[in-house]
Amino acid sequence: MLETTNSTPCAPPMIHIFSERCIGCKLCERACLFGGITVSGKTPMLTDQCTGCGVCITVCPKQALAAAEHKEVLQHSNLDAYRGILIIAEQREGVLHTVSCELTAAARQLADQRGTQVSAALLGQGISGLAERLVAHGADTVYIADAPFLQRYRTLPYSRILSSLIAELRPEIVLCGATTIGRDLAPRLANHFRTGLTADCTGLAIDRDGTLLQTRPAFGGNIMATITTPRHRPQMATVRPGVLQPQPVRSGSGVIVPLTVTEEPSDDAVQILKTMPKDKPAVSLEQAQVIVAGGRGLGDGKNFTLLQELAQVLNAEIGASRGAVDLGWIGHEHQVGQTGKTVRPKIYIACGISGAVQHLAGMQASDIIIAINNDPYAPIFQTAHFGLVGDVHVIVPELIHQLRQ
Amino acid sequence: MDFELTNQHRLARAAAREFARCELAPYAQQWDETMTFPAEALKKLAQLGFMGISIPQPYGGCGLDSISYVLIIEELAKVCASTAIIVSVHNSVCAYPIYVLGTEEQKSTYLVPLSRGEKLGAFALTEPNAGSDPASLETSAERHGDCYVLNGTKTFITSGSTADIIIVMARTDRAKRSRGITAFIVERSFGGITPGMKENKLGIRASDTCELIFKNCEVPADNVLGEVGNGLGAALDTLTFGRVGVGAQALGVAECAFEESVRYSRQRKQFGKPLADFQAIQWMLADMATEIEAARFLVYRAALLKDHNKPFAAEASMSKLYASETAMRCATKAVQIHGGYGCMKDYRVERCFRDAKVIEIYEGTSEIQRLIIARSLK
Amino acid sequence: MAPLQIIVTVKQVPDTTEVRIDPKTNSLIREGVPSIINPEDRHAIEAALCLKDQHGATVTALSMGPPQAAAVLEEALALGVDKAILLSDRVFAGSDTLVTAFTLSRAIMKQGAFDLILCGRQAIDGDTAQVGPQLAGFLGLPQVTYAEDISYADNVLTVRRRLEDCSEWVRVHLPALVTVCAGIRQLRYPSLYNLVAACAPDRIIRWTAQDLNVPASMLGFAASPTTVKKIFEPERNTRVEIIEGDPRTMVHQLIEKLRNLQAL
Repeated sequence: MLETTNSTPCAPPMIHIFSERCIGCKLCERACLFGGITVSGKTPMLTDQCTGCGVCITVCPKQALAAAEHKEVLQHSNLDAYRGILIIAEQREGVLHTVSCELTAAARQLADQRGTQVSAALLGQGISGLAERLVAHGADTVYIADAPFLQRYRTLPYSRILSSLIAELRPEIVLCGATTIGRDLAPRLANHFRTGLTADCTGLAIDRDGTLLQTRPAFGGNIMATITTPRHRPQMATVRPGVLQPQPVRSGSGVIVPLTVTEEPSDDAVQILKTMPKDKPAVSLEQAQVIVAGGRGLGDGKNFTLLQELAQVLNAEIGASRGAVDLGWIGHEHQVGQTGKTVRPKIYIACGISGAVQHLAGMQASDIIIAINNDPYAPIFQTAHFGLVGDVHVIVPELIHQLRQ
Repeated sequence: MDFELTNQHRLARAAAREFARCELAPYAQQWDETMTFPAEALKKLAQLGFMGISIPQPYGGCGLDSISYVLIIEELAKVCASTAIIVSVHNSVCAYPIYVLGTEEQKSTYLVPLSRGEKLGAFALTEPNAGSDPASLETSAERHGDCYVLNGTKTFITSGSTADIIIVMARTDRAKRSRGITAFIVERSFGGITPGMKENKLGIRASDTCELIFKNCEVPADNVLGEVGNGLGAALDTLTFGRVGVGAQALGVAECAFEESVRYSRQRKQFGKPLADFQAIQWMLADMATEIEAARFLVYRAALLKDHNKPFAAEASMSKLYASETAMRCATKAVQIHGGYGCMKDYRVERCFRDAKVIEIYEGTSEIQRLIIARSLK
Repeated sequence: MAPLQIIVTVKQVPDTTEVRIDPKTNSLIREGVPSIINPEDRHAIEAALCLKDQHGATVTALSMGPPQAAAVLEEALALGVDKAILLSDRVFAGSDTLVTAFTLSRAIMKQGAFDLILCGRQAIDGDTAQVGPQLAGFLGLPQVTYAEDISYADNVLTVRRRLEDCSEWVRVHLPALVTVCAGIRQLRYPSLYNLVAACAPDRIIRWTAQDLNVPASMLGFAASPTTVKKIFEPERNTRVEIIEGDPRTMVHQLIEKLRNLQAL
């Protein structure tokens, strides 16, 4: 047990230590990202920084570490009462978002493994016609709430209506697209049910015990984590568009259920005043055949003009890493990666991009990846097909020059 | 002996580092090539308190200790040695002497605007015939009624044409040598001050260095700083703090040269492996790292002694001497490691090299520093 | 009119953009990753300070973390916030986003009345963007996410949101919670004028679980619905072909190889 110097209730340790097995190799100490475990001689000790992630357990050669059991845990009673998978579909201006179809198809696969049903919920105005597509992707039931006050997404009316639906249906799993709507809505719903939510999953699977395995990048996208919500329902997850491959359409039958909904005064807490489409023409990165992308290694936002020159020669689109976008060098619409767009061009040229998993998640399916970076240790070289270790400010002009010949 | 930095030190260093990265780094090379005075950057630095770092808060300053001060100068110098010296001169050789020697009235008239960066400060001692031997200066200050009239030429004055407030050392008594010199607080607006042409220098090129020609410049008698005839002694005392600032500047330049060398030697390959794998290069880098650590602790310790109100003249000279010579050695090695590319303006190290050479000379040459150190030995 | 009471949540995170791979072992180099203030929290602080500059406000920075997280609160004070509260207790360790939001909500209720809560949209270590909306849920506040620009008049905020395909302007009455993403405003730098006060002892208010009057069963790892089952490094393969030589040679070879693959 950890020593405490004050009288606060003591937190149970998350990792159980079998000191007698420790050989003092300190692999656990080196593996921990957080400084959560130290080894003194042959005695491992948890520090305040332990987050219970369990990496140390996986690297210990002597099984001296194990996940601790917890008896004192709040859990939802009667987990078995929750069955089925619910997709929260989304539409904008009457157009169904592709992520909703991707999720419905993915849910179909998961539901088949669980032997259960897939339902989808869609809110909006004048959207009844969209239900068929969700059925076509595998939904057994589609719940539609069609009303003028739902025309554009707002947190409160949408979460109010969907909370009632979820409370009634009691799905074991709720999936939502990780779009600006989904990332605003899903946490609010998860909070309502005091349940677990995992954002931006790159993989979903059913575990042996029937629970949902939610895999996503962690530590800023540099490692992967598999997360579960063992004792709370529904298990909620959001998934980025384009991450789960669209499945072949199955011609199925499904039931469409209209929901009766009424407006409430509290819905108006946030009023939409106006919208304006983005100034710049939509960047069609997802359709591009060639992408030239820049990252923090460019050193200065001005150097994107250099990449634009290269893009012009190659008839390419411009992409960017999150680092470059965060620094304000280029707009968010060019961002490729976990929190940006997922792309599959023939050629992807990464200039001054280090290659964190966060970025790779968005472009690793490219046919040919070329990396230009002056740091030979940059992770991008683990994923690229061709690597040029050198100064991007020298190589790119040279590339432009030779391509023009 | 506690070598740990306090939270104030860390925050000060982080603030300077962030500012340098965002506001100095994109422009420093251009400023160097075109000899452009970084006026906009200085305005922003002033708003953030960088022009009154150690001046107490009642006088418009930030009240930070000397270690915070050297950390700040070091971080600025890593990116732009010119900006660093402008800030350093303003803080430690103009504002600081007024704080130590000034009357309350002088402090409220001059120190407050200087601390807030509303006015830029400079220090004029050197003359064409009085460099290492300041006691031989010839600029005269003749008493006429309730003011002094200054005539003479000062040379190599940092911020010479841009400063609003200049501490000028002038001779009030021809019969005496060093005891005949008085310090004056001179406002450019007094008139009778003509800046010469901006010097086209080897290094520290964004700093505005020029001659100042005083012709019948009338300075009110109330603007005598300290005592009449005690100017040189007072000046040399306050220059001590300035030396530590220059030591910090040199440290920054040395660190820049070193970091660039490490980066380059990891990346550049010859004979099938990175330069960093060759022992000759490794030894050069090891020497650079060691000397920088030694310089660091000389500089920080001099600052610490000052904060503890202990005598620190010898330590200040040691820090300026050793840090500036270290910067020169590191910059030379850095250019060598970069090979041909080290001679190109595209690469950072050639500016380190030129800046380091100037730092070895100004604010008291290495020779003068050695004199001071020798005198302190018993 | 009384000044606005604004609370900004801030988090200390590892600088995940500085992580590198050891080519010999093909694994993450975990040592020496520096800790920084979450970048979007800086934007939230900036939004709060802009409102303070324009309309007058008392800005309180609130953070939950280990004792060394006090560093980000000192940074916040150096930027110009008025008060800083650190929630630090072993019991909080291992909190997922729901429990983090819960813990923060209790601290906010303890510290007294407020008009506006500003959060960075997401943290660069977790990237979930969940704590803000969940905090709004616990406090029963209307929420506005993806805020790029905020203006205020007469107890009403007008917020411009950055959505995928458009910008959306919304209006909300205070009290409310807004999550801020990197916007058009340039971040102010820490001011040296604030440092002495920022580092004064007891400047940061420190609360433990006991101060919040919440049982341990509702805090930390034990109370978190989500749990990490496994952490693994993504498969890294070594299929890369490093092209060597000086820039001219490298580029020449690259173009040749691409032509051979009929990619050009």
